[in-house]
Amino acid sequence: MSDATLGGPILRPGVVPPPRLTRPSAGMFALYVAAGGFFLFSLHGSDISVRSFIEGLPNMARLVGEMFPPSLARIQSVGISMLETFQMAFAGTVIGVILSVPLAILAARSLTPHVGLYYVARWLIALFRTVPDLVWALFFVVTVGLGPFAGMLTLVVDAIGFCGRFFAEAMEETDKGPQEALTALGARKSGIVFSAVLPAAMPSMINSALFTLEKATRASVVLGLVGAGGIGIELKVAMDLFQYDQAATIIIGVFLLVLVVERLSSMLRQRILRQST
Amino acid sequence: MTVVSVARAGKPRIAAAYAAAVRRPLDGVPARSATVAIELDISNLRKSYQATTTILDGVSLAVPGGQSVALIGSNGAGKSTLLRCCLRLIEPNGGSIHLLGEDVRALDHGALRRLRAQIGFVFQRHNLVGQLSVLSNVLHGAQARISGPRGWFHCMAPSALRDEAMHCLDLVGLADFAGRRADQLSGGQSQRVAIARTLMQRPRLMFADEPVASLDPSAGEEVMELFAELIRQQGLTLVFTSHHINHALRFADRVVALRGGRIDIDAMSASLDARDLRGVYE
Ligand SMILES: Nc1ncnc2c1ncn2[C@@H]1O[C@H](COP(=O)(O)OP(=O)(O)OP(=O)(O)O)[C@@H](O)[C@H]1O
Ligand SMILES: [Mg+2]
Repeated sequence: MSDATLGGPILRPGVVPPPRLTRPSAGMFALYVAAGGFFLFSLHGSDISVRSFIEGLPNMARLVGEMFPPSLARIQSVGISMLETFQMAFAGTVIGVILSVPLAILAARSLTPHVGLYYVARWLIALFRTVPDLVWALFFVVTVGLGPFAGMLTLVVDAIGFCGRFFAEAMEETDKGPQEALTALGARKSGIVFSAVLPAAMPSMINSALFTLEKATRASVVLGLVGAGGIGIELKVAMDLFQYDQAATIIIGVFLLVLVVERLSSMLRQRILRQST
Repeated sequence: MTVVSVARAGKPRIAAAYAAAVRRPLDGVPARSATVAIELDISNLRKSYQATTTILDGVSLAVPGGQSVALIGSNGAGKSTLLRCCLRLIEPNGGSIHLLGEDVRALDHGALRRLRAQIGFVFQRHNLVGQLSVLSNVLHGAQARISGPRGWFHCMAPSALRDEAMHCLDLVGLADFAGRRADQLSGGQSQRVAIARTLMQRPRLMFADEPVASLDPSAGEEVMELFAELIRQQGLTLVFTSHHINHALRFADRVVALRGGRIDIDAMSASLDARDLRGVYE
């Protein structure tokens, strides 16, 4: 009985803890092996090469060296593009969030007026979300031309893909009690949606909307690379012309912009959640 | 009482019905003569959630106007199911229900909504919208009469309606809490706001499903007394469920016990004492 000296109580016969590990089923085991194998295959597919990486290190050091000190040569036009970038992100997010609300109501199982509309809404939201934003940007550049309008449309689509889904989930997860109470007193469906479901889902929806703004700010930087407006094109030009010091200014600017947006949005979040109507 | 302003604010038909409803208490104690209409008439009601278990197995019950009925029975006896079936918050499987003269099971969507509007329902959980103000929550009671945003948030409501909501809040003693967020209230206060919301409906009949079960004994006593008093003043018919035998005997004219899906006891409370009702829980 030396085990007992380690501190555990002596168990009554027949009281046995479950085994620490359970043997995986044959199917799960096969799945683990397959996943491991595919990982090795993926390393091969990514052309992984320790030598290139090590040989690349001096290049990286040189690149970073040339970036400093950042150049303020074109600071004015960089500033203007930065503003344009944020304008794209902000306008796109606001429009996208507003459009998401009715779409999410259709896409919430308990609220949708018709199952057909439910599937259409779900399908549309899924399409918007699963096609990557650069693809949307290329699509809009071709259809409405180069410039920030194409970028903004891309961010609207992005926002709907994200908010549509999370708004619908937030609405579905709301407490059913108040909704039943309103049903019992003869409220219309619209009344239930606006005076019980939306207020209850609002904190979560505001959260998603602010997160969308943060996401849109980051995404809007990249959209410029395909000509959809914003700071991205400046960055690409600077890199292509080996003006790494100017590129550094842009990168620092982007960093600050995203940081400020994230800070402001978390402050707003705290504020708004405490109000009542 | 603001009967006049209330009557002016509503649609004529409903306002007239309300005026008729509030006239009764002003005339004194509700009459118990044979001429009093049956307001709730349930006949051979059946409900099962799964095919294998029957919850309500042929329940019949007739409640005349102005009567107060306590529905008792053990956990799972089907009390909540019975009340919910009456408003078709869940669909019964068989039998008939007549409420205020309407054949509930035959009503279409709009007619059902208009009927529900005339019946207050107090739930065990207050079921307030926590993110909204107390006043908006009370205002929601008028949603069947006032369509659109004017019935959603107090800031958009017409003055007459806001005043009526304040009056209902005043009746439950919470006029000072109108601007407070509903999720900042205590359980007893929340339940009083829920009662104010039903008063805002100008109800003709009241259902309550264990209205004080989530409150501590003293708050529960207080809320139940207030509720019963308001019901008495307005001469409303009341059907409430409770696990407190003394509440059933004290606040109801009549006690109905459910057991095994059927009505086991149906007697006037004056003729009963606590011992008679113990058997219901065995
Ligand atoms: N939505 C539902 N789906 C399936 N079964 C249900 C549902 N609601 C209630 N039941 C079952 O129906 C039976 C009656 O429930 P009900 O809530 O009417 O009882 P109750 O008399 O109100 O009980 P309590 O005193 O606990 O409130 C219970 O056995 C319950 O499990
Ligand atoms: Mg119950």
